[in-house]
Amino acid sequence: MKVSLTVNGRAEEVDVPTNTLLVDILRTNLGLTGTHVGCDTSQCGACTVHVNGGAVKSCTILAPQAEGLEVTTIEGIGTMDQLHPMQEAFRECHALQCGFCTPGMIMQAIDLVENHKDLDNCGIREGLEGNICRCTGYHNIVRAIQSVVDQG
Amino acid sequence: MSETDQTTQAQGIGAPVRRREDLRFITGQGQYTDDMNRADQLYAVFCRSPYARAEILSIDTAEAMAVEGAVGVFTGQQMVDDGVGDLPCGWLVKGKDGSDMKSSPHPPMAARYVNYVGEPYAVVVGTSLAAAKRAAESVVADFKELNAVVDVATAAHSEQIYDGIENNLAYEWALGDEDATRMAFAKAAHVTTIELVNNRLIPNAMEPRACLGCFDAASGEYTLYTTSQNPHLERLVLSAFVQIAPEHKLRVVAPDVGGGFGSKIFVYAEETAVIWAAGKLAQPIKWVAERGESFLADAHGRDHVTRAELAVDDTGRFTGLKVVTTANLGAYLSTFGSAVPTYLYGTLLAGQYKTPNIYVEVQGVYTNTCPVDAYRGAGRPEATYVLERIIEQAARELGKDPADLRRMNMIQPEDFPYATPVALTYDVGNYEASLDKALELIDYNSFESRQAAAAENNKRRGIGFACYIEACGLAPSKLATELGAGVGLYESGEIRINPTGSVSVFTGSHSHGQGHETTFAQVVASQLGIPYEDIEVIHGDTGRMDFGLGTYGSRSLAVGGSALVAAGNKIISKGKKIAAHMMQADEAQIDFKDGNFILQDSNQSVSIQEVAFAAYVPADYPEELEPGLSEKAFYDPKNFTFPAGTHIAEVEVDIDTGVTTLVKFVAVDDFGHIINPLVVDGQVHGGVAQGAGQAMMEHGIYDEYGQLQTGSLMDYCMPRADDLPDFDVDTTVTPCTHNPLGVKGCGEAGAIGSPAAIMNAVTHALGNKDISMPATPEKVWRAIRGE
Repeated sequence: MKVSLTVNGRAEEVDVPTNTLLVDILRTNLGLTGTHVGCDTSQCGACTVHVNGGAVKSCTILAPQAEGLEVTTIEGIGTMDQLHPMQEAFRECHALQCGFCTPGMIMQAIDLVENHKDLDNCGIREGLEGNICRCTGYHNIVRAIQSVVDQG
Repeated sequence: MSETDQTTQAQGIGAPVRRREDLRFITGQGQYTDDMNRADQLYAVFCRSPYARAEILSIDTAEAMAVEGAVGVFTGQQMVDDGVGDLPCGWLVKGKDGSDMKSSPHPPMAARYVNYVGEPYAVVVGTSLAAAKRAAESVVADFKELNAVVDVATAAHSEQIYDGIENNLAYEWALGDEDATRMAFAKAAHVTTIELVNNRLIPNAMEPRACLGCFDAASGEYTLYTTSQNPHLERLVLSAFVQIAPEHKLRVVAPDVGGGFGSKIFVYAEETAVIWAAGKLAQPIKWVAERGESFLADAHGRDHVTRAELAVDDTGRFTGLKVVTTANLGAYLSTFGSAVPTYLYGTLLAGQYKTPNIYVEVQGVYTNTCPVDAYRGAGRPEATYVLERIIEQAARELGKDPADLRRMNMIQPEDFPYATPVALTYDVGNYEASLDKALELIDYNSFESRQAAAAENNKRRGIGFACYIEACGLAPSKLATELGAGVGLYESGEIRINPTGSVSVFTGSHSHGQGHETTFAQVVASQLGIPYEDIEVIHGDTGRMDFGLGTYGSRSLAVGGSALVAAGNKIISKGKKIAAHMMQADEAQIDFKDGNFILQDSNQSVSIQEVAFAAYVPADYPEELEPGLSEKAFYDPKNFTFPAGTHIAEVEVDIDTGVTTLVKFVAVDDFGHIINPLVVDGQVHGGVAQGAGQAMMEHGIYDEYGQLQTGSLMDYCMPRADDLPDFDVDTTVTPCTHNPLGVKGCGEAGAIGSPAAIMNAVTHALGNKDISMPATPEKVWRAIRGE
């Protein structure tokens, strides 16, 4: 089936089987490999992107549901020369090691900060509950997000 | 100081440099194996055993080959028939009677028998992933199911799995003086006994294993892109043992790798079958594990049952330790599976203490479960768990403060070098310094008030210690090979000063999250006085560096970093010859400092960049000297390094629900000199989280038929952000005495100390009622109720 959607501000049309997941459209059809696949049960959050402005695991959306969506991926929020404040904070606080969960983690973190007021350590940790990191013990991820919260 | 010098120092050894690799990861530009594609690539899907143990009667592939898009179906037997060798175990362990360990046959894919659920017996290749999946579902395999041996404790008394391997025993190994230990127990004033289970863990690096196998028919060259911690070792095994292709015709590339924790050290069935099949079909083939496959077929960790006894004299001094362990090796001896519960376990049982008599026996048993091999810590967390649990237990039985009992038994700074009764010689340490700092950080003196406050909230608060030691940078090669290692344990490094003064650094070590691209550049920047920005670190490609043994056992900096220092010394040595010629002086008159070759007693100097240019444009150049400024070194360590420290955990147990919360965790570690404190802290955080996972949540469980009950992230409970507190980490420093950087290694310490500390805290909260890891709410709830 043909699916039209907007990804990182660009109109895209892909022709895929109906059982294709949004994450596969992004990775395979559009070559946006910054969004990762870490599990097969929608548990790990490595594939988190923004859909119509909110964080969503892109493995939970099938091709027919993707029609007309506005999708933002890690490639769409900043560049190496002009990082998004959350990307900058992750780097500054050493909030990543192997980097595999990082794009999903950053997309979730941006949503968290934009949509919740007065986030504290506990609120940040609860907000990351759907994203697994095996490297950092979350300590520096929480610190990075807190630093963005504190910057206002 | 010049601006350049300041920059170099600000980004040299000891500076918290922000990682350069982060830029590509935070912008989605990382290149992991699954991000790579070839235009004409095919896709592989594996057929995996549904049974824990069965005979393969027949495999019918006709229907599968009829599926549209199916290109090939290859069985394990076809690989054997084609002359593909077994996957070898790299460490020959000898039993206590001197006999060699008994290895089960281990074809890359099952040929005649399957021996664990998830073991691959065929690979299906298709033009798309969907086609390969459809075809794989159409492979018809006829099995005769056999009785499975699953339980580690009873495996030696169960049905024999393999012909010629009696009692399912790979080996019965022992270390230490049995008679002297027996005497110590005969004279003991007090004996503490403990029985422990070290729960099976499933590593779960966030990037699933993957590979892309390519074959170029014109040149006969194979290229394997794969998720490996040690691409050269992978190439060596695939060439020398499996016989895919000679080493010079096989290139192995490990690009960005999304975590390893040990599980990506090993040579597995999947990449072996894929690279072999790529040769057969002369087309690139890609395979990416689904998480379910990771659970079934990534080598698992731990899985011990142990009985330990500690003899104590009437003053509280430890006089003897006896440990008897049964270790589950799984269905096959994985790459280093034999060494983990022996040489990486028994040798660590002295811990930080002067216990004079130690004896350890280990039975390594086969079961019909996934192979067990190194997982973060590999043997050392198991040793620490035994020792630190039994010491805490002894303190409780003797009515002594657990910190005091440890302190009075610790090896003192003046005792080094200290030869333990279990084969190691520790070079240096100051264990009380870490203990004191940890006690201060946790505010030990106020624990009782925190305990009282918790009680008011219907919670029981407990505190637990672990004063661990570990051995990193497995070495030296001569000793390791005498003990059965099949490879040397050195590392290679190359520093190539380019004509314009920029530097390409090649290491045989591999980074899959550790940050070598930053920290190794800091090392070279400091040594050679070259700006950090001018130095690039390259790793993970057998086509670009000579050789390497990769990253495991926290060896990268202590061994790989030392190799770079050795290469740097050669650069300086050659540079002095060139500089002497340039300044028309004698080589002995040249000093090297901060990137400059300086003529003694003069104001003359030339920079290393000027020397490099002269070396590549040798117009006016020493006659006897080769042009160029590029040096290689192999560094073989003189000894292990011995990181050590104190971890203290505080937990609160909810009396009504049994939920245990880790409320405070202090880690004070001695890693020797530190290159980048930001990276070191991060390594400790991650290790502690994995240890907390083991203590409180994670458990790989097979049922009695050998079916994995915890086969997804919905069943296997991994720590999430809201399961953990902030960690309080700090360091003490006693520099390693035998490597040029004075470093010890920090990758595993967090996972080594934390399980024992947390479980000591849990059992403390439970009034010394013992429960096994993980301390799930159900177990804790039952313990509170006396069940």
